[in-house]
Amino acid sequence: MELRRAPRTVIDPKVRQVGFITPGATLPPARSHSVPTDACSTSPPALDVSLPGSSISPVMIPPPRHASADGLSSLARSAATAAAPVPVPVPASHLRRDTVQIPVGSYNPSETLLGSSPMMSPSSGLDAGSEFSNEVPTSTWLGRRGSGKFASSFPATSGEMMAMKTTGGGGGGSTPKSSLTTASVVKALPGVSEKDGGALIEMQNEGTSKPQKQKTSKAERRAIQEAQRAAKAAAKEAGGVKPSASSGGAVPALKQGKVAKPSSQRKDGPQVTAPVTSSEKKVVDRLPEKDRKKDVPHPRMQFDDKHRVEKAKRRAVVNQSEARSRVELFRHLPQYIRGTQLPDLESKFFQLDPIHPSVYKVGLQYLSGDISGGNARCIAMLLAFKEAIKDYSTPPEKALVRDLTAKIGSYVSFFIECRPLSISMGNAIKFLKSRIAKLPHTLSESEAKSSLQSDIDRFINEKIVIADKVIVRHAVTKIRDGDVLLTYGSSSVVEMIFLYALELGKHFRVVVVDSRPKLDGQALLCRLVAKGLNCTYTHINAISYIMHEVTRVFLGASSVLSNGTVYSRVGTACVAMAAHAFQVPVLVCCEAYKFHERVQLDSICSNELGDPDVISKVPGWKDLNHLDNWADNENLQLLNLTYDATPSDYVSMIITDYGMLPPTSVPVLVREYRREHLWI
Amino acid sequence: MWLRSASFVLDKRLQQQEPSSFFHDPRDSAQPPPPSPSVDPMDQNPDPNPNHGISAYYQTRAEHHAVVSSDWLAQAQAAIGRGAAPPSGCWPSAAASSAVAARTGSVGGGGGKPFSVIDEFNYWRKKPDLAEAVAAIMALAAVIRSSEATTMMELEIELKKASDTLKSWDTTSISLSAGCDLFMRYVTRTSALEYEDFDAAKLRLIERGEKFGEISLKARRTIAMLGQDFIFDSCTILVHGFSRVVFEVLKLAASNRKLFRVLCTEGRPDRTGLRFSNELAALGVPVKLLIDSAVAYSMDEVDMVFVGADGVVESGGIINMMGTYQIALVAHSMNKPVYVAAESYKFARLYPLDQKDLAPALRPIDFGVPIPSGVEVETSARDYTPPQYLTLLFTDLGVLTPSVVSDELIQLYL
Repeated sequence: MELRRAPRTVIDPKVRQVGFITPGATLPPARSHSVPTDACSTSPPALDVSLPGSSISPVMIPPPRHASADGLSSLARSAATAAAPVPVPVPASHLRRDTVQIPVGSYNPSETLLGSSPMMSPSSGLDAGSEFSNEVPTSTWLGRRGSGKFASSFPATSGEMMAMKTTGGGGGGSTPKSSLTTASVVKALPGVSEKDGGALIEMQNEGTSKPQKQKTSKAERRAIQEAQRAAKAAAKEAGGVKPSASSGGAVPALKQGKVAKPSSQRKDGPQVTAPVTSSEKKVVDRLPEKDRKKDVPHPRMQFDDKHRVEKAKRRAVVNQSEARSRVELFRHLPQYIRGTQLPDLESKFFQLDPIHPSVYKVGLQYLSGDISGGNARCIAMLLAFKEAIKDYSTPPEKALVRDLTAKIGSYVSFFIECRPLSISMGNAIKFLKSRIAKLPHTLSESEAKSSLQSDIDRFINEKIVIADKVIVRHAVTKIRDGDVLLTYGSSSVVEMIFLYALELGKHFRVVVVDSRPKLDGQALLCRLVAKGLNCTYTHINAISYIMHEVTRVFLGASSVLSNGTVYSRVGTACVAMAAHAFQVPVLVCCEAYKFHERVQLDSICSNELGDPDVISKVPGWKDLNHLDNWADNENLQLLNLTYDATPSDYVSMIITDYGMLPPTSVPVLVREYRREHLWI
Repeated sequence: MWLRSASFVLDKRLQQQEPSSFFHDPRDSAQPPPPSPSVDPMDQNPDPNPNHGISAYYQTRAEHHAVVSSDWLAQAQAAIGRGAAPPSGCWPSAAASSAVAARTGSVGGGGGKPFSVIDEFNYWRKKPDLAEAVAAIMALAAVIRSSEATTMMELEIELKKASDTLKSWDTTSISLSAGCDLFMRYVTRTSALEYEDFDAAKLRLIERGEKFGEISLKARRTIAMLGQDFIFDSCTILVHGFSRVVFEVLKLAASNRKLFRVLCTEGRPDRTGLRFSNELAALGVPVKLLIDSAVAYSMDEVDMVFVGADGVVESGGIINMMGTYQIALVAHSMNKPVYVAAESYKFARLYPLDQKDLAPALRPIDFGVPIPSGVEVETSARDYTPPQYLTLLFTDLGVLTPSVVSDELIQLYL
């Protein structure tokens, strides 16, 4: 379990399961008694009932702190981590538990306050957050994150009970009012709001938390303000739109619930779905997640969720203007109008102190497309991080581990704004964060920094450079004299394979298949021809014509998912299918660090949209201007996908640094080696 | 019998100097002739089979499975009799030339003890019931036993050299190299290497080596137990080639009073099907012989196909005697299950993409009539059956689907 908790990539929706928390601390045996049942059956009605009645508006739904990506969450997180090691003791009797819950109550109200009255002092929220960390959030969370995931069993905790009670007892008042609150989304789920109400009441009973004010840092204050603003905005929106509309996000949210942004919506789904049993477990995880959350926008944010997008935009450094007409199926993906941001960003260069110049530079290169390709992007990112770490110094009164993780998180969010992360980058970030988290506390700052830098170097060297060499060695054994090898697009590993085979004196011919609009096969073609290889160049339209003379297809991949699906440049699936139809073996070359345990069945749910303009414009053809003003035509949408998913049926073999595997063995590799090796 | 066919005689004449020729034709004399002392094992290692016309692997198989003859029986008896002798050291002593001694000297670092893996291996290999891989495992175990290394590292290097020697002895045998690799993994991947005391560590290695040999020996029985459950009363089973594992499965099923019928392919060119049908008939199982080209014709009356394997590759497919692939194709197209019985020491880290993606194992074919000049003959002895045409694999690790093979290999080797 611990291993699993290592921080995960931002990309991964499952991130939430993972955490830095030491398991020992979080699992007090005392809690193990089966609380939930008690709670359900015996929950004191009086208490619950009273809750709604109490003066504080029960309606308001506290934005789930864990969910909020913003400063709030980070605050909560820090508080939580602090609190983490000391689990709140849960009294055996559930009655008492209510009182115990204080932390919960205290927390929630603050949030509600935020939502309704921005005036509330931010500090209260903070405090609440710290206390809150122990238990309460579970209920909200639980629902959201699919129950089964966490193996770590945190015995049923009070938080869950609370949820149960509130849902059972609270009944009345909350729903109607909900529309007013920020979390209008919640409306649909009465349970949630009620629970909150319950929380509130409790909090009042105990009021203890408030007194403890802490000094908030500037960043924290800003974060809080932002949250408040967001809450207001949400409230407005809710008033008009009604829950269903805004909460459209709720459904998708279940999946991604991970990090992100908007606090208010987050809470929706959970209660409704939250299975009681599962909920118990999650409490533990919560803390770790908080750590992770940071300010990173959810990498797989659903961009058809207006509310969230708005929020993300507010915090964004990069001012991406969204394209107006988007293809129906792909509305959940970000679609920007390209080319407008560069000058803007350049002008901002000197104002962006939080972002290290090297990170900034790499981000801009992503944006302009100067760096592309999974390995290149990943290496550039890691080197930028290395620079940033070199120049990093821990601010006073902060721990390097925490602060640096947050820093990296903000860099990552910047990268995401420039261009969505690739899975390889996600894995690299996961690695880096786990290294940071595992730094021994005894290390001095300079030692820690140098150890991190050498870790980064080692990752680049072992996982990318040497892995490529190993792949090349393996792949070359599959090239025989007289072969005709086909490749698609431009993959760095495949190029190395061809060149190495040439070095070995094998006689073969290469077919480079390319496609508009990127035409990156041309660069590959030039390099191969310059080395004296006999090449054929064609476009993907001719694939079925050229395939009959091909004996092997070598493809690169952006990622290999655990059902064997190859996630790669758009068009790869087409090539693989054609090859399959012609009984030509398809060899996919992919370093093991790009493997991912996610399963994906289509190319729709996770993809990246490119600039639609480039497909409408054909360079060199002046008269082909039918699509010049396509954006003005409401009935026309252009779709420029970046990736597609190749089903494993069409893949004969995956060549990794661990050898040559059938696609069915990817999950084994991920399971067996991810923990120790892939992430080192 | 291709051994006595004209082409074989011709081949043999060409390879008079071939060192391993003495066990090619054991049936010509009851006792295997002593190896000629002039042969230097050093030479044979890099390229033990100078004539690439014949795969040594199939020569061994021919010895073991050819149609029963009196001289074969005599040879088998002799082999068994010798089995009682202590396995290490003493047997090859007569044969071992000074060159052998020199080699072991270089291998063991110690000195004059005449010990050669190859000789040891050949000794075990003679036993008709012993698979080649098991013979290799036994030979490697003997290497540890007779080693004079004084450090763990030395011993490991010695073992590695011995296994390389064995592997290079016959590069066409998949199970041989797979068995060697597995032995190395199994033996060296143990805490033994961390022991303080070298002798204790060595003992542990020997123990593990012997245990592994034992497991391999028992593998066939395990598979028979697992496989016979799939045979139901009144079913018809198509069998291709002679596989000792498949025979064991059928034998156990027959002894459990299951009533089934077996269709045996002829198994050209060495007609192993003849021997198989012979042995089955001796068990009282109704058998019918088919020529190899009658498979599709009789497939509709078949309930399941049973084949053995020379090697199981990483994709989950198998490499087996020529003809397996087409039988699997026919069975697949008629929705008949294809079961493969294979011991786990045949799992090899190979990944052929297609038929030609293998080191070819060649075997001369006797067409009974002279081949017209200018005509080429396909002499490859085996083919590769891709995993999608296989239903299940019966192994001593359990009944596996083809995709599990790779998982097991990953766990073993990575």
